[in-house]
Amino acid sequence: MTLAFVEREGSDPTEETLEMLTLARELADGDGESLDVVAFAGGSRLSVDELGAYGVDEVYHVVHDRLDGYAPEAWGESVAQLASDVDPSAVVAPGTDRGHEVLAHVGATLDVPMAANCIGIDVVEDGAYELRRNRWGGSLIEHARLEAGTTLLTPAEHEFPIEKAESTTDPSESEFTPSLEDTQFRVQVERVERADEEGIPLGEARVVIGGGRGVGGPDAYDQLEELADLLGGTVGASRAAVNEGWRPHDDQIGQTGAKISPDIYIPCGISGAVQHMVGCKGAETILAINTDPEAAIIQKADYAVIGDLHEIVPELNDTIREA
Amino acid sequence: MNVLACIKRVPNTGAKIVLTDDEQRIDTTNLGFTMSPHEECAIEEAVQQTEAHGGSAHVLTLGPEEATEQLRTGLAMQADEATLLEAGDEEWGPRATASAIANGVRELGDDGAEFDLLLFGNESADAANYQVGTRVAAELDLPCVTGIKSLDVEDGTAIARREVSGGEEVYEIALPAVITVKEGINEPRYASMRAKMQARRQDVDRREPTADTGAGTYEKVRLEAPETAESEAEILGDGTDAVANVVDVLESEVEVI
Ligand SMILES: Cc1cc2nc3c(=O)[nH]c(=O)nc-3n(C[C@H](O)[C@H](O)[C@H](O)COP(=O)(O)OP(=O)(O)OC[C@H]3O[C@@H](n4cnc5c(N)ncnc54)[C@H](O)[C@@H]3O)c2cc1C
Ligand SMILES: Nc1ncnc2c1ncn2[C@@H]1O[C@H](COP(=O)(O)O)[C@@H](O)[C@H]1O
Repeated sequence: MTLAFVEREGSDPTEETLEMLTLARELADGDGESLDVVAFAGGSRLSVDELGAYGVDEVYHVVHDRLDGYAPEAWGESVAQLASDVDPSAVVAPGTDRGHEVLAHVGATLDVPMAANCIGIDVVEDGAYELRRNRWGGSLIEHARLEAGTTLLTPAEHEFPIEKAESTTDPSESEFTPSLEDTQFRVQVERVERADEEGIPLGEARVVIGGGRGVGGPDAYDQLEELADLLGGTVGASRAAVNEGWRPHDDQIGQTGAKISPDIYIPCGISGAVQHMVGCKGAETILAINTDPEAAIIQKADYAVIGDLHEIVPELNDTIREA
Repeated sequence: MNVLACIKRVPNTGAKIVLTDDEQRIDTTNLGFTMSPHEECAIEEAVQQTEAHGGSAHVLTLGPEEATEQLRTGLAMQADEATLLEAGDEEWGPRATASAIANGVRELGDDGAEFDLLLFGNESADAANYQVGTRVAAELDLPCVTGIKSLDVEDGTAIARREVSGGEEVYEIALPAVITVKEGINEPRYASMRAKMQARRQDVDRREPTADTGAGTYEKVRLEAPETAESEAEILGDGTDAVANVVDVLESEVEVI
């Protein structure tokens, strides 16, 4: 059996969860075994209606009087206890902050290996897994062999499509109550503070204008802001620009920043380091503006303009405004 | 308050990653080395917390002798002490790494260096296993929270914040604790020339790592550099002459104007 840890928003599974279920179902089908999921009750409960479309056979609701909110250690311990009871060959979690955190606790509790960021998995003879996983934010792939009583896996972000199962199932439901101790509640969410969202978040923007070291200073970002406004987009930055203190870290695109997937990304004065490019892999079209025709970004872009962004961007703004 | 920051030496890859012929590692012939931005922030946080609350900031790595270079980066950023768990050239997996770090922390404790806060990167730059910090916490029976982007310490309690969609989760954790951080939690300082010179003369504490292995095995077979579409971009022109073509792409192809 494959056991999948489901994150929910209200009573619905999150998008990342549905992506993860594509991987989990591949594993279960490959083994000819069942696909079971575990979700935490509290406030509301995961609705099982939709899950049948994704081939889920059984839903375990974790029910516990102290488990109202998120508590990483207690959640990890609960999943580990359930896993010890139902003995899955694999436990899969979404490739999110929470998915990784909960699964790492399961790994520590069961003392078994865990492989994060998987992009492809084959079950080979003797129950071992041959897998491929992302390294360096996806600019390198590692081929590895994993053998364990229980295999712990997360998919790489947006690597698996959301896909319904070939035949719909009718999931059965049951409750699972873990036995938890005080120490497992040492860490829990005390409160959630809402933030005021200004503008379009980078991850959701349809148009992103990127500014790198070539922008030369904080003031010249005004031109990029203007272009973004004209195109209904948002401004992002390279790490070099953030390190210079020109832009806040929230604007950073790349391996340790935001991942974007706009219709068009326009990097200005950005050289195209691999750690930057893994953040904009999802862009439909890349149009680079750079003084250096040899810059790596020119190889990686669809379109390029060779020249000084300080001349090109204002002229472009004027032309669009007049059009 | 004593704070430990754990860091990992990795190649500073440029615009393209080249592998060795045996596909076991990155060809570093022409490369420098660095650490994850998350880990630079862990060092900065360790230094800032000890500047605010007293005590000492300590950096630790498990890696080859050459990793003293990254420890010295930490010292130049005003960490007080550095420990190398000297592990040779082979990369250790996350479980063995965590076990070795936990054992190293116990040894340091026996030698009088007790830590109130153990800081890690949320994930390493190269391997991104998302687990070493959590496993160290489990071995040492310490509370642990990951992915933190804001940290305050008050009266022995860490108030840690994690970004979630639409806001922040707030955690309050009694120290000692393990916290893994993300870039953006602070702005790491640039070390001055003078600080770098001083760091070069500072002692690095060297130890033999020991690790216990658990059930199951994870073995790296080989690395692969994915084919990146080396499609030379269509050049729309030089300088402002290109503007009309850019507008054309925006209008007819991407349809954003
Ligand atoms: C583990 C790790 C993680 C990292 N994570 C990230 C990340 O998340 N995001 C990220 O961006 N980087 C990241 N980096 C850093 C990355 O390796 C590069 O150092 C960084 O992306 C370089 O930024 P840049 O392109 O702005 O600067 P540079 O590489 O200095 O490039 C500047 C470019 O601007 C051009 N230019 C100069 N003047 C002009 C002008 N007037 N008009 C037009 N063009 C001009 C130049 O030709 C050059 O191509 C990471 C590094 C490591 C090791
Ligand atoms: N060899 C190492 N030496 C010291 N710390 C490490 C090492 N490997 C990983 N870490 C720490 O653990 C964090 C998470 O690593 P990982 O689980 O590999 O993603 C890193 O950001 C480092 O802070």
